[in-house]
Amino acid sequence: MSARIGVITFPGSLDDSDAARAVIAGGAAAVRLWHADTDLQGVDAVVLPGGFSYGDYLRCGAIARFAPMMGEVIEAARDGLPVLGICNGFQILCESGLLPGALIRNNHLHFICRDQRVRIEAGDTAWTADFAAGQEIVIPVKNGEGGYVADARTLDMLQAEDRIVARYQGNPNGSLRDIAAITNESRTVVGIMPHPEHAIDPLTGPTADGLAFFTSIVTTLAARVGA
Amino acid sequence: MARIVVTVMLKPEILDPQGTAVRGALTRLGLGGVADVRQGKRFVIDLEGALDADREALLTKLAGELLANPVIEDYQLQVEA
Repeated sequence: MSARIGVITFPGSLDDSDAARAVIAGGAAAVRLWHADTDLQGVDAVVLPGGFSYGDYLRCGAIARFAPMMGEVIEAARDGLPVLGICNGFQILCESGLLPGALIRNNHLHFICRDQRVRIEAGDTAWTADFAAGQEIVIPVKNGEGGYVADARTLDMLQAEDRIVARYQGNPNGSLRDIAAITNESRTVVGIMPHPEHAIDPLTGPTADGLAFFTSIVTTLAARVGA
Repeated sequence: MARIVVTVMLKPEILDPQGTAVRGALTRLGLGGVADVRQGKRFVIDLEGALDADREALLTKLAGELLANPVIEDYQLQVEA
């Protein structure tokens, strides 16, 4: 039986369809979940898609974090449910405390949308198992509030524990230490600012480099079953 | 009726690109000697009835959970009337 991966739609989500498509391309079944529900439907992992949940009012992700479905996700994630937050999803993960730090307005104040080279720094998280550390990929980045910040102690900790998952090659927004993606202590929750789900097919994306995030989780889940 | 004002500001060590842009505009518009501008948020919350201890405690908690993100922001709560 193939893995079942949930994709949550919030009011204002934009990239939920692309995320669901990427999940299927990665070899899993996509289960569409609604923010106002509380039933995770027994999914094996969850993707929080990009967009502007609740209009980005207050702070990006600040209101989505209190959505009924997020209550379930936060609890399940603490028990090991793999979660990938992309862009707005990364912001929601930081707001919910599942990942440290925060994402603030880009240092140049502009919304940026371009193909971005990033280096995978950690090939051993639930969502990057099919990458080799040091591998460089090109996927789109598109954000206005994508500047990753945290205090120096947190940044040092992330670095020391090898929890910086990806770094920008050419920093697009002032993110501290070129951070594009990080993971939690158990390496199951990953937040990433650029968009792997938009780069799964050369027909519609710059590359198919993003697909490996979605095959990685299938690999990870299969290894869990086998273990 | 009670009015509570919550002021939220980015922590001093967090870069405030909007404040920096405002500072640039003020300078361009002729204001000399602008050393720094920080942009923040102000929430004016009107409650029905008096502010009892329970609601004040909950509001104080929510100020730090919803209105402000303590990772990047400081906040101040002031009861006005």
